[in-house]
Amino acid sequence: MAGGQGPMTMQEIKGHAPVITQDTRRLNMIEAINDALAIMLERDPDVIILGEDVGYFGGVFRATAGLQDKFGKTRVFDTPISECGIIGVAVGMGAYGLRPVPEIQFADYIYPGLDQLISEAARLRYRSAGEYIAPLTVRSPFGGGIFGGQTHSQSPEALFTHVSGLKTVIPSTPHDAKGLLISAIEDNDPVIFFEPKRIYNGPFSGFYDRPVEPWKRHRDSQVPEGYYKIPLGKARLVTEGEALTVLTYGTMVHVAEAVCADKGVDAEILDLRTLVPLDIEAIEASVAKTGRCLIVHEATRTSGFGAELSALVTERCFYHLEAPVERVTGFDTPYPHSLEWAYFPGPVRLGEAIDKILSE
Amino acid sequence: MADRPDQATSKGSNKPALQLHVPEPKYRPGDKADFSYLAISEPGAQQRPDEVCHPSETIGLTQDLIRVLGDDNLPHGPWDPKLDAETLRTMLRNFAMVRAFDARMYRGQRQGKTSFYMKCTGEEATSISAAMALASDDMVFPSYRQQGILIMRGYPLVEMINQIYSNRGDKLKGRQLPIMYSSRDHSFFSISGNLATQTPQAVGWAMASAIKEGSRIAATWVGEGSTAEGDFHSACTFAAVYNAPVILNVVNNQWAISSFSGFAGAERTTFAARAMGYGIAGLRVDGNDPLAVYAAERWAADRARANGGPTLIEHFTYRAEGHSTSDDPSAYRSAHEGDEWPLGDPVNRLKKHLIALGEWDEERHAAMDLACAEEVKAATKEAEKNGILGHGLHHPFHTMFEDVFEELPWHLEEQAAQAIHEREVKWPEGRAR
Repeated sequence: MAGGQGPMTMQEIKGHAPVITQDTRRLNMIEAINDALAIMLERDPDVIILGEDVGYFGGVFRATAGLQDKFGKTRVFDTPISECGIIGVAVGMGAYGLRPVPEIQFADYIYPGLDQLISEAARLRYRSAGEYIAPLTVRSPFGGGIFGGQTHSQSPEALFTHVSGLKTVIPSTPHDAKGLLISAIEDNDPVIFFEPKRIYNGPFSGFYDRPVEPWKRHRDSQVPEGYYKIPLGKARLVTEGEALTVLTYGTMVHVAEAVCADKGVDAEILDLRTLVPLDIEAIEASVAKTGRCLIVHEATRTSGFGAELSALVTERCFYHLEAPVERVTGFDTPYPHSLEWAYFPGPVRLGEAIDKILSE
Repeated sequence: MADRPDQATSKGSNKPALQLHVPEPKYRPGDKADFSYLAISEPGAQQRPDEVCHPSETIGLTQDLIRVLGDDNLPHGPWDPKLDAETLRTMLRNFAMVRAFDARMYRGQRQGKTSFYMKCTGEEATSISAAMALASDDMVFPSYRQQGILIMRGYPLVEMINQIYSNRGDKLKGRQLPIMYSSRDHSFFSISGNLATQTPQAVGWAMASAIKEGSRIAATWVGEGSTAEGDFHSACTFAAVYNAPVILNVVNNQWAISSFSGFAGAERTTFAARAMGYGIAGLRVDGNDPLAVYAAERWAADRARANGGPTLIEHFTYRAEGHSTSDDPSAYRSAHEGDEWPLGDPVNRLKKHLIALGEWDEERHAAMDLACAEEVKAATKEAEKNGILGHGLHHPFHTMFEDVFEELPWHLEEQAAQAIHEREVKWPEGRAR
């Protein structure tokens, strides 16, 4: 498995065909997350899980299924419907010395908890000069593609990357989801852990009219048994290529991979995995090599994280660029219900952007 | 068109016209204040239920006012905490010290030594007497006017002043607005500045203490104005749901900057009464009666320790001075209010009580005030060796970037290098580092 200390070389980044020293199981993303939570509850008596419907029922997406039964009601419990309260009490628990893992049922519901995240959790270490910390891992399903309408589909990651003191992590495979979540829980800073719910049960190619592929046929559903970590702040090289660099994360990793494969484009796809802190070295190395950069995210366009990526690539790789940086994103509208696939940055939008960037 | 209100009125119809009520305080600048409308109950007349009673047994106490000290300066009734004279003198000295500290820091701000200060004049009992009723390691989540807790718990004055001056001795590294202290060693949580955010945090801390089967409880303080925040509602809900060992102190000092308590709902009911809707115990106490405050807080602490659950305490008091050094209360409230406040001044009341007990006198009081002023003065001089705000003796530039995360990521390292570079451009000789 890629990882270890210090900056990774390109060889290390691409070494994702994991060097597996442990036994593995095929898991979907939900099972991998559940496994990570169970392992951390077992290893660390200070880890606790709280959130709406996470207890007896095991969560609306089943991420915490069976955990209350195994670890007890004071380790895994339901909460009132109050995101402000969930995050607020988690900050207090962190000050006590616990490592809370609150679940916000949908990322779209997180806004009542923003003050507790932005002004409290993110600032606590700074304002108290390290006397108090907020080692929370806020898990939340995000993104669309499930006909969730405008309150069950949003991708608000850029709101959090804009906040100093928060780390933002987004896995795209069961293998990474488990290793990243364990790292996030052990991290002493607050981590926003957005889970792309469209790919809980299988990678999504973006071709919504094709049959759904389950995780069990995907190489990255091979999840090592037991404890392992994937370091925060390290990107994953999904495919190595020469024609262009694709910077993406979450569901769109799989869409980009499928579209590039369909088109026969020799793309180098980087799954960023952590947006803050960002793996700038991997980005620079790849763009320096290919000279072309496409940025893909599902979130709305204006002031999206793609804008930050575009600025960084332009500032740091300008003289390597042979074409303007392109962004493929969701539109600047609320996430529609009936027109979901018209909104979603799918194969047509990606394909045209790739054609454009390669024609320059 | 949906961009304008419906033009239909009740004119010409038999339906009454609806009216919006916008609260207005009784007195504005120039008015003579008269508080005779306030129901001030008889000291000693309030019953004291068992600490582990059902919350509903406190319903009467959420509308009444728990009072102990009478006009005779002696304690009355079942809420008398029966404190010995030594404890009372300690309390009085803490009062005097906070008052001396406030006076000097306020002056320091006016002299340009710092940007901001907030006094707690008239509200000393709500923090000091309350904190004295807690164990010294019970965790407190204060708002911004509870400096009395730190002083009562023995936090060094020099540390407080270093923080207020944001100087190179400030252990918070000059990052926080003056008075936003933090001291883990004194079980004192970092003050935010965002209002009421500390209330669910206190509940969470108390829940953690219960999860870990510990013995320490939590207490939080919030102004009556900030009870309007959603955080306070979340705090009460979570406290009730998990029966958390926490005390929610609402300091009702009548004014939230220029907005009187009516804008937080005081025209309709008491703040203590909110406890009933959540099913938690509620007490309403004369916040200027140090013995009543102590007794109420101890009752709530004993209740929490016995797994009886949370208590909401409304401390009915009066903000005798401006909100802060940035405020001018003469612009919005009657200057007579403070003089007319019917519950007196907590320092005076405690002093008169000790004198009535034959345990104190005017000479000792004057000597104590002088000693406190001298101690504050000496601490100020000591702190000034570390600099005052804006005079260069701050922490190094690189500290601005530390503690954002446990480890500095690349982008903050780059920005730190930029900040240090800018300093070198501005001061090539390396002065004012």
